[in-house]
Amino acid sequence: MYKLLLSWRYLKSRYIALASIVSVTLGVATLIVVNSVMAGFSDEMHKRLHGILSDIVIRSHDLNGLPDPEWHMDEIRQILGDDIKAMTAAIQIPAMINFRNNIQGQWITQPITLIGVDPSTYGAVSDFSEYLLHPENREQLDFLLKENSYGLGKRERFPVSGWARRRVSAEWEQDAVKTQTDTLELDASDIPPSPFPLVDDSGVEGRGETVAGLAEGQVHGAATQAVDEPQLIFDPATEQHTGIILGISICSLRGRDADGEVMDYYFALPGDDVKITVPNSGQPPKAVSDNFTIVDFYESEMSEYDSSFAFVPLAKVQDLRGMVDVQSGTKSVSTIQLKLREGTDLNTVKEKLQIRFPIQQFGYQIQTWRDMQGPLLAAVQLETTILNILLFLIIAVAGFGILATFFMIVVEKTRDVGILKSLGAPSGGVMSIFLGYGLSLGTVGSGVGLVLGLLFVDNINIIAGWIEKVTGQEVFDPTVYYFNQIPVIVNPVTCVWVVLGAITIAVIASILPARKAAKLHPVEALRYE
Amino acid sequence: MSSAFELTYPKSQQPSVSSNQTLHPRLLQAPVVLKTSGVTKSYRKGKVEVPVLRGVDIEVVEGEFQAIVGASGSGKSTLLHLLATLDRPDSGEIYFEENRIDNLPAASRDILRNRYIGMIFQFYHLLPELTALENVLMPVMINHGIVSYMLQRRKFRKRAKELLDLVGLSHRLKHRPREMSGGEMQRVAIARSLMANPRLLLADEPTGNLDRSAGDEIMEIIHELNSNYDVTIVMVTHDMSIAARADRTVRLAEGRVESVSFQS
Repeated sequence: MYKLLLSWRYLKSRYIALASIVSVTLGVATLIVVNSVMAGFSDEMHKRLHGILSDIVIRSHDLNGLPDPEWHMDEIRQILGDDIKAMTAAIQIPAMINFRNNIQGQWITQPITLIGVDPSTYGAVSDFSEYLLHPENREQLDFLLKENSYGLGKRERFPVSGWARRRVSAEWEQDAVKTQTDTLELDASDIPPSPFPLVDDSGVEGRGETVAGLAEGQVHGAATQAVDEPQLIFDPATEQHTGIILGISICSLRGRDADGEVMDYYFALPGDDVKITVPNSGQPPKAVSDNFTIVDFYESEMSEYDSSFAFVPLAKVQDLRGMVDVQSGTKSVSTIQLKLREGTDLNTVKEKLQIRFPIQQFGYQIQTWRDMQGPLLAAVQLETTILNILLFLIIAVAGFGILATFFMIVVEKTRDVGILKSLGAPSGGVMSIFLGYGLSLGTVGSGVGLVLGLLFVDNINIIAGWIEKVTGQEVFDPTVYYFNQIPVIVNPVTCVWVVLGAITIAVIASILPARKAAKLHPVEALRYE
Repeated sequence: MSSAFELTYPKSQQPSVSSNQTLHPRLLQAPVVLKTSGVTKSYRKGKVEVPVLRGVDIEVVEGEFQAIVGASGSGKSTLLHLLATLDRPDSGEIYFEENRIDNLPAASRDILRNRYIGMIFQFYHLLPELTALENVLMPVMINHGIVSYMLQRRKFRKRAKELLDLVGLSHRLKHRPREMSGGEMQRVAIARSLMANPRLLLADEPTGNLDRSAGDEIMEIIHELNSNYDVTIVMVTHDMSIAARADRTVRLAEGRVESVSFQS
């Protein structure tokens, strides 16, 4: 009974102990905040990466790909059976994009990764569709330009795009041509740069099949090479080229306006036309190019992907590059991507596939999504581990603080120890007073730390806002991270471990002083003044 | 053991007690509560061993008020600590109610101090964080675990209040030691020493730190305890006027019993 009473009274009357409590509190709070933010980041990243990448990718080492994808897919189905949830074939090649900046009118050229996808199955192997800006494309992808309402539910305040934009630019273009031919009697090809890109078919090397009649609502499945009857004049107000979905950062930049508000600047929008140049499958490859119409943007919020990926229909790429086996007539693809049943062990599947498609014979690279982003995931993991170690050292420092404080308190309380012993308190009892004291310091400290940490995590974005206002320093720059909010995940198990760890350290730190107190000789202690 | 006793304490050096001096008649038949024989104790100061007690024999009977006097350094406080089992003698034996207590294990000595022997000190030795009432309750708190204490809390608090009332401090229950005068603190200490209803009260110069009037008040209380409540008291003091009222006065000099005198 007396142990409890005295521990409690010492806790209440010794303000120096507050210092130890505060250090424990801060340590615990920091650990919880950092762990939650790191967990939030890494979870977000895992989700994004896994969402973008399919579970398993079989990739041909040769840019010209693996022939006869149907045969491969049948083989894979035989090996894996029911484990397969979805499978798709795709082509991934380096390419150049070329488009006219609609703000200043000059041409922009950028390297990109062109991905030819099968619109009907590609959405099933990854979360690809979720990252598209148009709500209808998120439902079912068709590579057709939509009327408007891009960015609905994702980016509010997205500029007018789609057919609404295309018609206006076409009209503007025609007016410009008319005015110029009327007044200057010049050829249409000599028109100076205009704020909207000029649609120009002359650069196409005979492959630029225009997609006719799509605006009238005719359904063409995959909108490729749907040549009804060759139309001589391409009308940009009612027709589109083959659709392309661009990573949003390819033609937009995020920056700040004069007031410091985060703003997106778009160089091109859905409805505008771009030129894509790819190496064909010849020996050696030659550059071939074609016109495409931007039908949507892809925003995964992973800058690596958003700034390089461009998606077009698979067949279009195969035709453009000439990836057709002359003898069999089958078309090649460069990757086969698998989505597996939930809970399937990816590495086992990978091994099975490696046995079926040995490298010596096929030259395929078979990777799980973790393999593909292995270094990044490992780096995040390492960062978390090191941060945890460092922060636990903070709590250990708090432990030494407790140790020092307790030695002081024991010295101060030497006479009390003598009194207690003279009243018949056993050494063990005296020791447990100080151990209990340490325990309560640890418990109170880490309890308060837990609450503070959780409150901090809960309001982290508000707090970041305050700090930004007070210091004028950007805490979390959305132009860098592409998340608008700091992601957090509170893991209860981590919290329990942190709190238990802090309490344990507090108790361990109080063992030595408590032993010292217990060993005090009562006569000496009573004589102590 | 007895031979060692003879060696350390030759008969020739034993103090002579004249036969006509005896205890008060009321105490003649009383049983012995405390008895020491040939107790020696020395302290180390660096490499030098300083003998404090060189063989002390005393005897305390039930209901007695015994005073131990002597010059500073005569070993009277050390003797009291040995009697209270706060320390162990180097040699010799101490008996409490026929049981040898100097060689008891620590746990038994803790119990002895907690339930059978009460102590008061020159510097009161109250716990500064606790109120007067809580200080008085300390011995039973030490004796009982949480559950057992909480179950009997009313009974304990009632007794503690009665004891504080007895020493005239019923108005100071919630006061901390630093809010009280020296005399008041000593009275709290007396109430605390009686809490466990001990057989023996050991007092180490209880008036040594008090002015005359406060000291007198404390002595009144102690005498009242002795005469009205039959508490056996062993008191170390250097105040001869206090010693004069004791049933038996043991004078220590240089670690030995120099003389024993009885109240006439």
